[in-house]
Amino acid sequence: MTVTELVSYEDALATYEPVMGLEVHVELGTKTKMFCGCSTSLGADANSQTCPTCLGLPGSLPVVNATGVESAIKIGLALNCEIAEWCRFARKNYFYPDMPKNFQTSQYDEPIAFNGYLDVQLEDGEIFRVEIERAHMEEDTGKSTHVGGATGRIHGASHSLLDYNRAGIPLIEIVTKPIVGAGEKAPEVARAYVAELRELIKALGVSEARMEMGQMRCDVNLSLRPHGADKFGTRSETKNVNSLRSVERAARFEIQRHAAVLGDGGTIIQETRHFHEEDGSTTSGRVKEEAEDYRYFPEPDLVPVAPSREWVEELRGTLPELPRVRRTRLREEWGISQHEMQSVLNAGAIDLITATIDAGADAGAARKWWMGELARRANEEGAELAALPITPVQVARVCALVDEGSLNDKLARQTIEGVLAGEGDPDQVVADRGLKVVSDEGALGAAVDEAIAGNAAIADKIRGGKVAAAGALVGAVMKATRGQADAARVRELILEKLGVEG
Amino acid sequence: MTDLIRLTAAEIAAKVASGELTAVEVTEAHLARIEAVDEKVHAFLHVDREGALAQARAVDEKRARGEELGPLAGVPLALKDIFTTKGIPTTVGSKILEGWIPPYDATVTQRLRDADVIVLGKTNMDEFAMGSSTENSAYGPTGNPWDLTRIPGGSGGGSSASLASFQAPLAIGTDTGGSIRQPAAVTGTVGVKPTYGAVSRYGMVAFSSSLDQGGPCARTVLDAALLHEVIAGHDPLDSTSIDAPVPAVVEAARNGSVRGMRVGVVKEFAGEGYQAGVMQRFEESVELLRELGAEIVEISCPSFDKALAAYYLIAPSECSSNLARFDAMRYGLRAGDDGSKSAEEVTALTRAEGFGAEVKRRIMLGTYALSSGYYDAYYGSAQKVRTLITRDFEKAFEQVDVLVSPTTPTTAFPIGERADDPMAMYLADLCTIPANLAGNAAMSLPCGLAPEDGLPVGLQIIAPAMADERLYRVGAAVEAALTERWGHPLLEEAPSL
Repeated sequence: MTVTELVSYEDALATYEPVMGLEVHVELGTKTKMFCGCSTSLGADANSQTCPTCLGLPGSLPVVNATGVESAIKIGLALNCEIAEWCRFARKNYFYPDMPKNFQTSQYDEPIAFNGYLDVQLEDGEIFRVEIERAHMEEDTGKSTHVGGATGRIHGASHSLLDYNRAGIPLIEIVTKPIVGAGEKAPEVARAYVAELRELIKALGVSEARMEMGQMRCDVNLSLRPHGADKFGTRSETKNVNSLRSVERAARFEIQRHAAVLGDGGTIIQETRHFHEEDGSTTSGRVKEEAEDYRYFPEPDLVPVAPSREWVEELRGTLPELPRVRRTRLREEWGISQHEMQSVLNAGAIDLITATIDAGADAGAARKWWMGELARRANEEGAELAALPITPVQVARVCALVDEGSLNDKLARQTIEGVLAGEGDPDQVVADRGLKVVSDEGALGAAVDEAIAGNAAIADKIRGGKVAAAGALVGAVMKATRGQADAARVRELILEKLGVEG
Repeated sequence: MTDLIRLTAAEIAAKVASGELTAVEVTEAHLARIEAVDEKVHAFLHVDREGALAQARAVDEKRARGEELGPLAGVPLALKDIFTTKGIPTTVGSKILEGWIPPYDATVTQRLRDADVIVLGKTNMDEFAMGSSTENSAYGPTGNPWDLTRIPGGSGGGSSASLASFQAPLAIGTDTGGSIRQPAAVTGTVGVKPTYGAVSRYGMVAFSSSLDQGGPCARTVLDAALLHEVIAGHDPLDSTSIDAPVPAVVEAARNGSVRGMRVGVVKEFAGEGYQAGVMQRFEESVELLRELGAEIVEISCPSFDKALAAYYLIAPSECSSNLARFDAMRYGLRAGDDGSKSAEEVTALTRAEGFGAEVKRRIMLGTYALSSGYYDAYYGSAQKVRTLITRDFEKAFEQVDVLVSPTTPTTAFPIGERADDPMAMYLADLCTIPANLAGNAAMSLPCGLAPEDGLPVGLQIIAPAMADERLYRVGAAVEAALTERWGHPLLEEAPSL
């Protein structure tokens, strides 16, 4: 294999225009498989979630999962697609041991949803419209594990193990029309599209769309054409790019690689390529000398799917607010910048913050905790924010305690720490950790405020750096509290409130 | 015991229900008959002696406890080896499934058990139901009880031969292009292909999904109707299953009549290739129908002459996909797996060794017909012809209540005669294929022996989809009149084995 010297991204874009096609597979979160009653839950023993139908035993027949169809229609509607009045499943015929029937039940020229679009927002605020060609229903294959080879690939393996638990899990494949006009932003558009699609799928509640779990998988098809050319160039198909960052990197790498090959007077081979997380490169997979002949034909074991218009409209009525629209609304409500909103989105904090606000917290405080202390903790533990053992209601309670003056920032932090450590609700933690003194401190704080207000000139001196002047205020507070306060603590409080280091 | 094996299913069921006979006696008599004659006939691939007796005992115990019995309780049945049977081998007549023990029952199998029918065993068939003579079975041919050197029809030759040799009073077949009706015709028995979707295909190993249909085989029209009612009816496990009440076929079979009915004679089913004696018996049957009070109307179905061609594109196309699963990975034969070969090589070797010539021929035909660039010309055109044939039927049924024709152009031919001539073999299904393409209901029943060879001739009756009861009403009337004319059922003229 010859190693191609990449062309710099800027040079590539100076000469060529990238054209992309993105194919995303989403595993639906239905309880049962697409064509049988087997469970779809993850982590079960190999082949324990199988039956004659998903094992393709002789004589077995498929029955369509109605929830799968419903999910497909919802996705189609959310992607602004037309929903077919009548469509069929088709058999995609090819041999592979992890495919029990040696054909995949899919859809071919009659997809359930077609002709739509998804608007995605780029970092500079530009809205880019990605046109959707189609969204169709199909079933997943089983899983092969190649044993004995060095790389886990089939090459060099002594034998392979097959697990059919995944075989028959419903998939929706969403295919874009060729994405043109993105120019240098093409990789960003690819990433933004997949990210937006993931948000959409999650908002619809049809899948958790966790890319790291393979619930959402992306193929990046890319070609280049000289600026001004009408005809598309030959494309490469980079398969199974399974994180947002990888989608962007894969597109970028392929732009640079294609440009290098074309710049040397070479030709791009139509082939599938593997993406490598380690260095962001792609390598050649299977060459498609001629288009693979899948011998599609309508699946005779299933009857056509003909969703009534009433049902489609009913489903349209159940669609949630679309994520981008919702984000714009929330951004305005929260009064934050586009950039800040992007960070909230990237952190997976939108729903958490919203729920915290719903539980009574104000927007600024809710965002401060989730994007600050809690985001840091999640990051340290390599966990999703939502996976932290603290609920929006608990965070809202901490905010309330701060608001009523029962907790200050430092103590609030300790309270959250306690909740995360499993010590119970915020009130429980406050009581058990003896953070309760802060409620006395609340009263103390009030006395300090009074003393500061009544001695503005002294307070100004202290602010100006004359820390020794604090003694006069301490005296005033001690007098006001009839000596029941801890003088050292009072001094600390005064300095703290005046923003001066002790 | 000879008398017992000649009883009809209706008679056996009545005698078991009344206590005159026990299910065990009935089952033992049929097992003894199998023991005595099946070495010569070879109708069965697997006899489930123990299972059958156990089930018979269970029926007798059920009766002793005073529980309600199924409608065909204690009646033995021969099941085509295309239906899965939990714990009992199912080969589909193919070497590729030799030794496979299914972990589940087909819906038909389940319904038979629920009806207290005694399943004697699994019958021989052309491999994957592809053939018209049962010569394509990987386990050797079956003889026609009328002349053991001749074919018993196919693909369900084992089922038809078991009936004609009195090894079972009932059998189950499947009909993709005539595999119930043509064997019935050449063995002097009754066979019905119900409306497509009437009988669940769940657990029926697929040959051509859009054409396959299970159905009853028997020696009388009433017995076929009784079995029809047991196996038909909606099945949520088969998406193409009809979700509507089963037509009242038993009632129709008990009240045979053609008075006032309009019967169409399809004029395209005649001419070259039709044996003189077959046409003679057919014409006599038409005359009989007229005498019984039917109005005879000549009907033209111009698209029928393209039916065979369309069938031999659609059926192979679907089979090329349906049979892809036999890849040595999960069940059945595994050839050449010596540890040095790839999965792909093992699959190829297994399919080379496990499939017979006719199956391979059809897989290749179908693979070709579906390939890109040829799909429209072959599979696409065939589907258009299918639509035309359906329209021909619709037009015909605007004028008549049923259509009649010979079931098959000739009587049983000698084993080996057409084995190397696929086209000649395919012609055996000339008259039966249109009903499969359109999804209609159709029956074959005996209408005499051809004068030139003394072999049975079948009369085919075709009814519109969902009007299966018409077959039984007409069939019962013809059967009663002919039995009266002959003085006995036709099968009594069959040689004793």
